[in-house]
Amino acid sequence: MSRIAELFGRKSSRVLNVYCTAGFPALESTLPVMQALQQHGADLIELGMPYSDPLADGPVIQASSMKALENGMTIAVLLGQLKEMRKTVQVPVVLMGYMNPVLQYGFERFCKEASEAGVDGLILPDLPAYEFETEYGAVIKKYGLDFIFLVTPETSDERILALDKLSSGFLYAVSSSSTTGKDKNMADQETYFNKLKQMQLKNPVLIGFGIKDKATFTAASSYANGAIIGTAYIKALEQANGNVAQPTQQFLESILQ
Amino acid sequence: MGTTTFQQPDTQGYYGPFGGAYIPEMLHRNVEELRSRYLDIMQEAGFQKEFQQLLRDYVGRPTPLFLAERLSKHYNTPVYLKREDLNHTGAHKINNAIGQVLLAQRLGKKRIIAETGAGQHGVATATVCALKGIECIVYMGSKDIERQAPNVARMRMLGATVIPATSGSQTLKDATNEAIRDWINNPTDTHYVIGSVVGPHPYPDMVARFQSVISEETRAQLKEQTGKELPTRVIACVGGGSNAAGAFYHFLDEPSVELVAVEAAGHGVYSGLSAATTQLGKPGVLHGSKSLVMQTEDGQVVEPHSISAGLDYPGIGPLHAHLFNSGRGSFLSATDDDAVQAAFLLCKLEGIIPALESSHALAALTQLKLQPNEATVLCLSGRGDKDLATYMKRLD
Ligand SMILES: Cc1ncc(COP(=O)(O)O)c(C=O)c1O
Repeated sequence: MSRIAELFGRKSSRVLNVYCTAGFPALESTLPVMQALQQHGADLIELGMPYSDPLADGPVIQASSMKALENGMTIAVLLGQLKEMRKTVQVPVVLMGYMNPVLQYGFERFCKEASEAGVDGLILPDLPAYEFETEYGAVIKKYGLDFIFLVTPETSDERILALDKLSSGFLYAVSSSSTTGKDKNMADQETYFNKLKQMQLKNPVLIGFGIKDKATFTAASSYANGAIIGTAYIKALEQANGNVAQPTQQFLESILQ
Repeated sequence: MGTTTFQQPDTQGYYGPFGGAYIPEMLHRNVEELRSRYLDIMQEAGFQKEFQQLLRDYVGRPTPLFLAERLSKHYNTPVYLKREDLNHTGAHKINNAIGQVLLAQRLGKKRIIAETGAGQHGVATATVCALKGIECIVYMGSKDIERQAPNVARMRMLGATVIPATSGSQTLKDATNEAIRDWINNPTDTHYVIGSVVGPHPYPDMVARFQSVISEETRAQLKEQTGKELPTRVIACVGGGSNAAGAFYHFLDEPSVELVAVEAAGHGVYSGLSAATTQLGKPGVLHGSKSLVMQTEDGQVVEPHSISAGLDYPGIGPLHAHLFNSGRGSFLSATDDDAVQAAFLLCKLEGIIPALESSHALAALTQLKLQPNEATVLCLSGRGDKDLATYMKRLD
């Protein structure tokens, strides 16, 4: 059983997935951030692989990507850092990024090395379902990685079912049609969330985009198995001047306690 | 695929190995709506009537095919200029802007967004939106806003809102990113008018079709003027590749016609300050399609350089990547200096001030082996008014 499946087997509500850009705020922050997130209650970690042109991201995550690139983060550096990860990090880890850097690294080589380092799944928002089915899905499966598709309030029911079928690990429900970090009112999306709940999807569902504090985390968790926080955590790290343990603790306590 | 057509991508939008729709799910509904409807709408009689009428009465089409006699004498070969510079707003960009805005209206969209580099596509889109009374928002890199002040003023006069793209390198690729992000955040009422044959399927095919009027007219005009069915070659500059796609379109599947695409070499292809994507790029994904992309070893998109803002793009449309890869197209490049020289030559010999982009196509004439009994068509994609500041610096 994959680490992600094992997590959801054990815990099916209020699952907290926290996003951080790898190499942010400093090149060597990646592991300390992951250790702090695990220690203070994150159930799952989503590591962003920085890219020069992150289409789906709002200004805060964009800025963290630029900073990480300036710090020298690359896929090669990241996979090097992650080799040591499983000595200290037990929670499932998902890599999120865009196709171009992964293609340059070599798709299969990337999957192989990520899997060897103990990565559990991938989120590549600009990998389309057609190319997944015809080309890349088999490679991802070969290395035992989960692949997580996104759905949005604009995704048709038929397509939600299809994307759920292609996904493993969990399904990523984007809370509103937006880039990351936009404040849109979650209550407006109640019909969509309730629909997802009724659809008897194969995968657990985590809601992401716009989850930023205890109230939004709790609201999202009432509709799904849990939620994903990104922008708000990046902001907390931005203000922390390099120290990651203390702001991570403070941030997670503000959400979980 | 073998010997099938170069004109048509496959059902997934692939030209050979290039194309597709590499988009996040947040864009899926809009892109899918467009994909499922663009061909039907473009074939509607009402659409065609309005489109053709505007091309004729508003844009001023057909544009002339002009035998440039003194230029021909200079190169000892007949050179025909396809005068897209004579279009309203001064470039070929308006052909596509009209097509897409009419299409957006039929999709029920109330809000138009666009990206622009030099400002030509932004001006064309703002123009058509003014004509149709539709809200228009143009994203432009904050560096380009500084470099292209007159076009920024034009867009504002035409009623468009110009929003600076302050992310990344603050030029065309970032303006494109911002426009895409706007579309993600406005999923129902907005149409994104992409300015070249780039972006996710169906954009490359749709924009090529709207620009194909260039070669449709050329073919008829050449026949009428010379009796020849086909030219020996067609030359066009390539940024994203829309004027080239339009100029090549009706010759793509005529193997005897040499298709010459000219990229911007900046200070020299290997100078580190260049925009020659086929020479420097590797296969990758940019702005929703798989194509050739200028990038670092780590897959980060690099900032290109060209004296001409319209060619200053680190990618190239998937059709052109396929033309390059398959050998169907000849890809040349011209440096900043080559282009400026070619522009001054055209001014002196023909009394035409070309856009800096088009000057790259003109510069290719010095690199080709041209024969007296041939017919070379060159797409003069735009006029040089917008480039006067640059030209003035080079006038000794
Ligand atoms: C006059 C002119 N020619 C060419 C281009 C390059 O675009 P494309 O390669 O799509 O024709 C531009 C772009 O701004 C332009 O203004």
